Amino acid sequence: MSLDYENDREFHEQVIEDVLETYPEKTRKRRKKHLNVVSEGDSDCGVKSNIKSMPGVMTVRGCAYAGSKGVVWGPIKDMVHISHGPVGCGHYSWGQRRNYYTGETGINTFAAMQFTSDFQERDIVFGGDKKLRELIDEIETLFPLTKGVTIQSECPVGLIGDDIEAVAKDKGKALDKPVVPVRCEGFRGVSQSLGHHIANDTIRDWIFDREKPSDLEDPDAGFEPSPYDVVVIGDYNIGGDCWASRKILEEVGLRVIAQWTGDTSLAELERAPKAKLNLIHCYRSMNYISRHMEEKYGTPWMEFNFFGPSKIETSLRAIAENFDDTIKENVEKVIAKYRPLADQVIEKYRPRLEGKKVMLYVGGLRPRHMVSAYEDLGMEIVGAGYEFAHKDDYQRTMSHVKDGTLIFDDVTAYEMEKFIERIRPDLVGSGIKEKYPIQKMGVPFRQVHSWDYSGPYHAYDGFAIFAKDMDLAINNPVWGKFKAPWVEA
Amino acid sequence: MPQSVEKLKDHVKLFHEPEYADMLRDKRENFECPHPEDTVREISEWSKTEEYQEKNLARKSLVVNPAKACQPLGAVFAASGFEGTLSFVHGSQGCVAYYRSHLSRHFKEPASAVSSSMTEDAAVFGGLNNMIDGLANAHSLYEPKMIAVSTTCMAEVIGDDLNAFIATSKEKGSVPQDFPVPFAHTPAFQGSHVNGYDNMLKGILTNFWEQAERTPGTAINIIPGFDGFCVGNNRELKRILDLMDVEATIVADPSDVYDTPSDGEFRMYDGGTTIEETKAALNAKATLSLQEYCTKKTLAYASGKDQETASLHYPMGVEATDEMLMKISELSGKPIPDELVLERGRLVDAMTDSMSIAHGKTFAVFGDPDFVYGMCRYLMEMGAEPRHALATNGTKPWAKKMKALLESNPYGQKCEVWQGKDLWHMRSLLNTAPVDFLIGSSHGKYLERDTGTPLIRLSFPIFDRHHHHRFPTWGYQGGLQVLVRILDKILDTVDDDTNEAGVTDISFDLTR
Repeated sequence: MSLDYENDREFHEQVIEDVLETYPEKTRKRRKKHLNVVSEGDSDCGVKSNIKSMPGVMTVRGCAYAGSKGVVWGPIKDMVHISHGPVGCGHYSWGQRRNYYTGETGINTFAAMQFTSDFQERDIVFGGDKKLRELIDEIETLFPLTKGVTIQSECPVGLIGDDIEAVAKDKGKALDKPVVPVRCEGFRGVSQSLGHHIANDTIRDWIFDREKPSDLEDPDAGFEPSPYDVVVIGDYNIGGDCWASRKILEEVGLRVIAQWTGDTSLAELERAPKAKLNLIHCYRSMNYISRHMEEKYGTPWMEFNFFGPSKIETSLRAIAENFDDTIKENVEKVIAKYRPLADQVIEKYRPRLEGKKVMLYVGGLRPRHMVSAYEDLGMEIVGAGYEFAHKDDYQRTMSHVKDGTLIFDDVTAYEMEKFIERIRPDLVGSGIKEKYPIQKMGVPFRQVHSWDYSGPYHAYDGFAIFAKDMDLAINNPVWGKFKAPWVEA
Repeated sequence: MPQSVEKLKDHVKLFHEPEYADMLRDKRENFECPHPEDTVREISEWSKTEEYQEKNLARKSLVVNPAKACQPLGAVFAASGFEGTLSFVHGSQGCVAYYRSHLSRHFKEPASAVSSSMTEDAAVFGGLNNMIDGLANAHSLYEPKMIAVSTTCMAEVIGDDLNAFIATSKEKGSVPQDFPVPFAHTPAFQGSHVNGYDNMLKGILTNFWEQAERTPGTAINIIPGFDGFCVGNNRELKRILDLMDVEATIVADPSDVYDTPSDGEFRMYDGGTTIEETKAALNAKATLSLQEYCTKKTLAYASGKDQETASLHYPMGVEATDEMLMKISELSGKPIPDELVLERGRLVDAMTDSMSIAHGKTFAVFGDPDFVYGMCRYLMEMGAEPRHALATNGTKPWAKKMKALLESNPYGQKCEVWQGKDLWHMRSLLNTAPVDFLIGSSHGKYLERDTGTPLIRLSFPIFDRHHHHRFPTWGYQGGLQVLVRILDKILDTVDDDTNEAGVTDISFDLTR
């Protein structure tokens, strides 16, 4: 369902102009290029993207390490991911991303743990390679069921000239397991985004192209391909998202041979090239490896969107186009099966959410992907922005947003506060750093990285939770308590 | 269908439903190439053995689940304790996103800080331009009264010189010449967040004290140290100082900025030690640190300015509070008022009422060095027995002092001190030498799950429970809070052990 509304173009243009006034001239010129009001029919949102953040402005962005260890590699559950360098990076990202998985943590799975080389001064001075070799042996001793190791480089590693690739080669050979060196030092690139790319490339080079010793048990033994094999790519299983998606994909008769990278095993990484079709949820973080699989293995890929019933239906039908009539018929059955649930959710929550205005500021996908789910509930998107999107994301965004929508790339805390102050949306969706300032302003807020400790939000089961959460965020009675009754406004 | 509008299930229950349980089993069996179940069980059991512990304790290079963060986090925390102060962390930008998230997740509050966003070119040419632009931007956008500069490890490895960079930035007009920009080098590869706290605090004091003339006065400075309970504790401290009528400055007080009201306004800055107070703190008669291991360098600096100095270890419980009050009384010349004697009596009364509950119970404690010291000391006052005292960021002198404390007390005789060890070591210890309860941060919940040791959350960070940090753990009032938290956990455990109807509920007693 597509809602019919438009946003107040002139007002939004004025807001941008006012916000820019406070900046020193050089920064104002630069920031101006990242803010825009979209016009229907444009080919993209008209903002610059994927360029360096200005110093001192309080960007929300993280770093390449966050993109690799935090997003792409970190959730792969039966490998150990070493935060290689000082203790902080691994500490702050420890257990924070809610990429759910099954397994016995510390025995056969290792995702919600913090493994680090805890660099000391002597490691900076003399290099960390020796320590790295030793700690990989220690992992092998204490965690014998690990299927492999990745080395997630922190800033110093790239600055002191360590040769982690050499260590990885030696150790990989010695252990008959993948040992993957990832050059995701935080100073590389301009955001998490380069970390995604580097992580994708290392999956290609060190997992797909790994020379497997001949005496190693063949991981493909007993694997019978089927015509319905698909891989779900770019779903990190936040709050169990990917499981909710997997459930309906299996119901339509597809066989999900791997899901990347939430609740992922090494075997699923290795087998992915055997799929008939790659289904990409987060295009931004994993389009690279999908393109590679298309080139090298001839596996086609398509984007899909399981946020909200409208997009779920469209996506299921689009997916079915790649398969035979059985799948097409099953898709209609599944849509019919779940429509009553979706209708009940909308019937219950839409009257409580109708016409509410939403601003979204998230990573590289959700500000466009979630729009339709909000619209299914009668809510309108007034503003949207990405932390680390590229030009192709802003192109893709155009078909989702309405005329006059405010667009902000790599927004600063200052801009965000001013936009919200002026526009007063009914709901903001962004991250933990934005949550508390915005709530204190009296504006309802939901974290849309971690689902604010809720979820799943994907697929039909998730949509019900999503609707419930948006309702509680906006309609909780606390919003009426901000002013003491005896204090005049 | 597992989901319905009437009985909506989220992640907590949804995946226990048979449709999902079956789906996940099929996924595992068909696609994950799992290790055989027997092997997993075998390794799981082996990981609980003495043999495993021996290998685990023999680790030289690998660190697993350490209970410590890096220096700049402490620096950002210290700076947030000053009025209108914005932290500026020079180096890669991702670090700042991490510190802000970390602090927000614990306090459930905004945590503001900016980065100089250095990238590859700055790694080659140095980050001077980032500093010049960054200070100018931060100053115009966020209108701070002070910008406190610390460093990420990137800036430290390439050797950026903060002193020179800040001077150049001022020459270029980034901020006015007289605008305070204290700084501290805070390399992540030395020490931990407690050292970052110390370095930043010393940097701020140096900025205001170094060129100033000291006129010795009668006031005292009190430094709380890095403390996740600062909101409750610093307010309790102020209440005590008011009761004692002591002229004191709390140096670095983030109790307001991490506890702002919801009234429609976002306060990026709130409360904190004012710049005037910070300047005047040079004239104090003495500086008292409530956490020695957070303030080694700062106290040495204060001492170098002819101030008397003293330090405590996280004043929790009766003795430690007695000691704090007597020290404040001694330094200020003010007597301890009867009201505090009364409060003391009430805490002792509560401990008397409940002595049979905690007495003889065994505990493992982990956290920052001063916390572990203070916690073990208070446990022993209750007749409880600490058995494992672990500080990943503990130093050798700390271990020595811990041992002396434990050896001096009959309840501490069986306690081992684990200096520099991590929470994977603790997992082995709790398996081979189990205790009744574990005290630490939210990171202890994995140990609770793996070893069945109930966790009491009393140190930083607490992510998975809300608002405890808004109540004090220091002073007699704080001691009471801590006592109640411990008693509640013990009694909840007793109820859990006796609540199966008709089976174990013989002693499911109404009065305990």
